[in-house]
Amino acid sequence: MGRYLRRRIIISISILFVILLILFLLMQFMPGSPFNDAKLSEEQVASLKESYGLDKPVIVQFFRYIGKMLKGDLGVSYSIAPNTPITSLLVNRFPVTLRIGFLSLIFGTLAGLTLGLIAAFFRSRIIKVIFNILTLLGIAVPSYMFAMFFSWTLGYKCNIFPMLYDFRSPMFSSAMPILALSLSVMAVIGQFTRSEAEDVIKSDYVLLAKTTGMKSSTIIIKYILRNSLIPVITVMASLLVSLLTGSLVIEKMFAVPGIGGLLTTAISSNDYSVVIALSFVYSALYIVVMLILDILYCVVDPRVRLGGKPS
Amino acid sequence: MSDIARIVLEVKDLKVTFRLPTGDVHAIRGLDLTLEENEVLALVGESGSGKSVGVKSFMGILPDNAVIESGEALFHDQDQTVDLLKMKDSVRRKNINGTKIAIVFQDPMTSLNPTMSIGAQLITVLRSHKKIPKKEAYARGIELLREVGITDPERTMGQYPHQLSGGMRQRVVIAIALSQDPKLLICDEPTTALDVTIQQRILELLQSIQRARGLSIIFITHNLGVVSKIADKVAVMYAGKVIEKGTVFDIFYDPRHPYTWGLLSAVPELSDSKQELYSIPGTPPDLSKEITGDAFAPRNPYAMEVDFKAEPPMFKLSNTHYAATWLADPRAPKVDIPPELAERIRKMKQEAKDYAEG
Repeated sequence: MGRYLRRRIIISISILFVILLILFLLMQFMPGSPFNDAKLSEEQVASLKESYGLDKPVIVQFFRYIGKMLKGDLGVSYSIAPNTPITSLLVNRFPVTLRIGFLSLIFGTLAGLTLGLIAAFFRSRIIKVIFNILTLLGIAVPSYMFAMFFSWTLGYKCNIFPMLYDFRSPMFSSAMPILALSLSVMAVIGQFTRSEAEDVIKSDYVLLAKTTGMKSSTIIIKYILRNSLIPVITVMASLLVSLLTGSLVIEKMFAVPGIGGLLTTAISSNDYSVVIALSFVYSALYIVVMLILDILYCVVDPRVRLGGKPS
Repeated sequence: MSDIARIVLEVKDLKVTFRLPTGDVHAIRGLDLTLEENEVLALVGESGSGKSVGVKSFMGILPDNAVIESGEALFHDQDQTVDLLKMKDSVRRKNINGTKIAIVFQDPMTSLNPTMSIGAQLITVLRSHKKIPKKEAYARGIELLREVGITDPERTMGQYPHQLSGGMRQRVVIAIALSQDPKLLICDEPTTALDVTIQQRILELLQSIQRARGLSIIFITHNLGVVSKIADKVAVMYAGKVIEKGTVFDIFYDPRHPYTWGLLSAVPELSDSKQELYSIPGTPPDLSKEITGDAFAPRNPYAMEVDFKAEPPMFKLSNTHYAATWLADPRAPKVDIPPELAERIRKMKQEAKDYAEG
């Protein structure tokens, strides 16, 4: 297990390095520059570039960037908040995005697992139809549609939840963004859990467990749930991507002061260093979660734990 | 002790139907079985003859689309008799499954929970009826693994199924089946998925356990070689019914049903390499259709007119031997068993005699 983990961590770090390199190069190909202002003379632009170190060769810029980044310095913003360190832009926003994202993932997963198991166990026609409609909706309808629907119903008509994010009650006002984001997670996890649990229920080892006279609760927890979880963990990784991209739009709709809104603004105003920093934060977030999922995998499935070594 | 008291299980006129989108399939069309204490009964037949479905129905593990149409499965335990088919699942789980009747499946590769260690699985089963301390369950687990011939039980307890070979896994499955000291063990083709050399060892293991514990065993197989080694009695099944039953000697030395003749002829013989391998012509009947007469008649070269019209009853040939074929009717013309088979039986008898003498 230790060896496996060490290997996974080294791989993750190298992936992050490659991502950073690609991001950096892509930025060079972007049209325009942060100093796209007709009022600036060429000399002024040149001196601005010099003061930010943008006149150096790309490769030098890249390594200087990495060197500073390791010290926790992500550079400064050029245009949206001139000369503000990006780290200070992130400090307040990142936790908000993180909280909404993880709560959506956890809430969606738990709800999906529960619904999927229910659908696998009670195989009446009505439950099947309701389950299929719900999950299909969840998969097909993008999260911003749910967001609009919830703001109109729960927010505007019923006045249950605030329609915009509020600093004074961060949890309560995050309810609708979390709900909107978690529905697709719930639908996908639900579908996977159901089909997997149906297979596991029919498997020989569950039948055998039944013939030993074990309690149903033991069979469900130790035999069915655990084995159904394995593929669900795999899906969670890909769900995270849709969660992250979804959060970009959702944050905007509910005026959530997270990094999603910051990223969209930075892209439209050509603020290189902010775009790179945020894209990197998103990638890192993704890779860290993948790592966590891999560890979870080890915990749930002993076959992974042994690192594929034949016994 | 009276005769009736010695009977462990009596299955009477069991009918099981599978409801499929394409129509009903009558997998079991009236199964009768009797199993005595301390007896090994082999249930023999082709794939699809209903061997496994029969036993699954009284273990309560039939698939959802299977319906038990009629019949009873009386289980005699001490002075009590219960009908396994009319029992609620929860009652069966509490009183029968594991503690009275246990089962070993065909494929040891899929019979164990892949995410639990062998020890955890054994301990879970051991504590499922009696709440014994974990330590005691662990010690008992070690004992059981030793009983099924695992040499390093402490190590095996900590291992996961994927770390064990097929033979080892089947031993573990047998240990789990034995763990709650059942009276009746059902072995559903327990050696079919194993290597031939391992098959032999598992058979020997089952045999020695049966003798040591005085178990009754229902042994489902399509391998007649296995039957001759382990069974006391044999029931030959065809199209969801028993068509001939008797002691091993009755079935191997004096078979009466043309289907049994076919089965015995289809066993390859090592000593005779020139002979072409025999197979029974035709295919088993479509069980989704109504069957009139003898289900085997269309494949039976000895079929008479009556075979296509009326279903033969079980004719009693001796105190132990029964066959459901019109050939056993006193009015039927005398039909001799195929000469090749007669020759084989003569050889088998000779071998047995030689073996006994030498």
